[in-house]
Amino acid sequence: MLKIKNLNYSITENDTVKNILKDINIELKDNKIYVITGPNGSGKSTLVKLIMGIKSPTSGDIFFDEKNLNPLSINERANLGISFAFQQPVTFKGLKVRDLLDIASGKKNDFNSLCNYLSTVGLCAKDYINRPIDDKLSGGELKRIELAMVLARNTKLNIFDEPEAGIDLWSFDNLTKIFSNLKNSTNIIVSHQRKILEIADEIILLKNGQIVKIGSYKDVLPMIENNVCNKLRGENE
Amino acid sequence: MNNIEKKLLEKIADLHTIPSGAFNIRKNGQAVERQSTKDIEIIPKKNKSGIDIVIKPNVKNKSVHIPVIITVGGLNDLVYNDFYVGENSDVTIVAGCGIHNKTCNTSTHNGIHSFHVGKNAKVKYIERHVGEGNGTGGKILNPVTKIIMEENSEMMLETTQLEGVTSTIRKTFAKLKDNAKLNIQENLLTTDNQTAKTYFKVDLIGKHSSVEVVSHSVAKDNSYQEFKSDLIGKNECFGHVECDGIVLNNSRIVSIPMIDAIDNNASLVHEAAIGKIAGDELIKLMTLGLSQEEAEDTIIQGFLLG
Repeated sequence: MLKIKNLNYSITENDTVKNILKDINIELKDNKIYVITGPNGSGKSTLVKLIMGIKSPTSGDIFFDEKNLNPLSINERANLGISFAFQQPVTFKGLKVRDLLDIASGKKNDFNSLCNYLSTVGLCAKDYINRPIDDKLSGGELKRIELAMVLARNTKLNIFDEPEAGIDLWSFDNLTKIFSNLKNSTNIIVSHQRKILEIADEIILLKNGQIVKIGSYKDVLPMIENNVCNKLRGENE
Repeated sequence: MNNIEKKLLEKIADLHTIPSGAFNIRKNGQAVERQSTKDIEIIPKKNKSGIDIVIKPNVKNKSVHIPVIITVGGLNDLVYNDFYVGENSDVTIVAGCGIHNKTCNTSTHNGIHSFHVGKNAKVKYIERHVGEGNGTGGKILNPVTKIIMEENSEMMLETTQLEGVTSTIRKTFAKLKDNAKLNIQENLLTTDNQTAKTYFKVDLIGKHSSVEVVSHSVAKDNSYQEFKSDLIGKNECFGHVECDGIVLNNSRIVSIPMIDAIDNNASLVHEAAIGKIAGDELIKLMTLGLSQEEAEDTIIQGFLLG
């Protein structure tokens, strides 16, 4: 469903070219959970932003259901069926939770549907639907609303960039349950967390901008460096 | 009333039919329909153009509509409306002016509104301004609002101008006595070569008086906006002004704050932020499927009406 071919991404800093991603080749299948992991700075977030079109590759191609995404804008990719949950959720002045869920689902939702989306992420609809999406919400609340928006879109490919970061009192088990329940979609999750890696059908391990291993949790675990291992053992950041 | 007039009334006062409570409809410089109630009396002024709106004490949950519409070019309308809100009352006042000008001659409405808000009274004042019609003649609205708030009174002033007004100079003056609380929310959109200048002067005279001014403005095309605020703390009081502006194309917004804590116990704050729409807001909405233009419109609409 998603094919990445010879993908490179580099930036120029102080007249020096820095290669962030080098010759990435992956093929993702329908209805699987893929977790991208690796040390900080290995290019995980950059890779998923290239898939969504938030960044443009230096070279290479990304195909979604055989369609080359390169010429497509972010919203064109979104409308083909790709969703993206940000690591740092965006806040707005004036737009409310209800507004964003309506936009995400492409329809005016009644209270019951809003309630469905929000209760899945552990929020009570009546307390939240009319709340502005601004910095008065906690980081954890914003993160959960970010997840609810992806659920409301009901798309074929969902990308979650470090969904666990800042998830406050809400437990990891609930988070992993959401991913496990997304049966009819392919999910790409950028994560360091053991519990999330455990639910992956395949783990993509990145290091210094290159894929060093694609495989099951058991296959990849021995290859994960100490700093990532620490996190995997539950010693969270 | 013809369709244009009905639509204007809907836009500025949400009026689909003649309201059941007290109202005064002014059209092209003349009062056309008026109704008083046992609680709210509307009396035409004898020596100049305008009305006195007298709300008796202890009147609760009542509303007054005083819309003004102008459908001709070349009119310069000046009107004085004085509101006397009785003690312990709790009322909503809906005002506003709509100009439909399809001529090449400029029409102007100058509405001078004075509020005397009695002790313990609560007022919600909603004012909407609209310009329309494809004539080259200007649609100019220059409202002046003077407010005197007695002890323990509360007032919410919600003023909105979202389309079509060629130029506007909006002045608000308020004097607050002990424990009086004033909230002002201004929402402004200018396009083309329009100009909008806003000036707020609030004297916090009374102990524990407070004012909150929030201005959300969007300037598009070549339009120009100016926001001046002047808070004067003469007692132990609190004042907060927030001016948030979004600029698009070649527009410009200027914010000029002035806060003066004459009394050392006054706490006055001014915040201002002017800039383009944040890129991450656009990107977020685009990931939800909106085009860049749709995302911009959604952000602006939320910012102005949210």
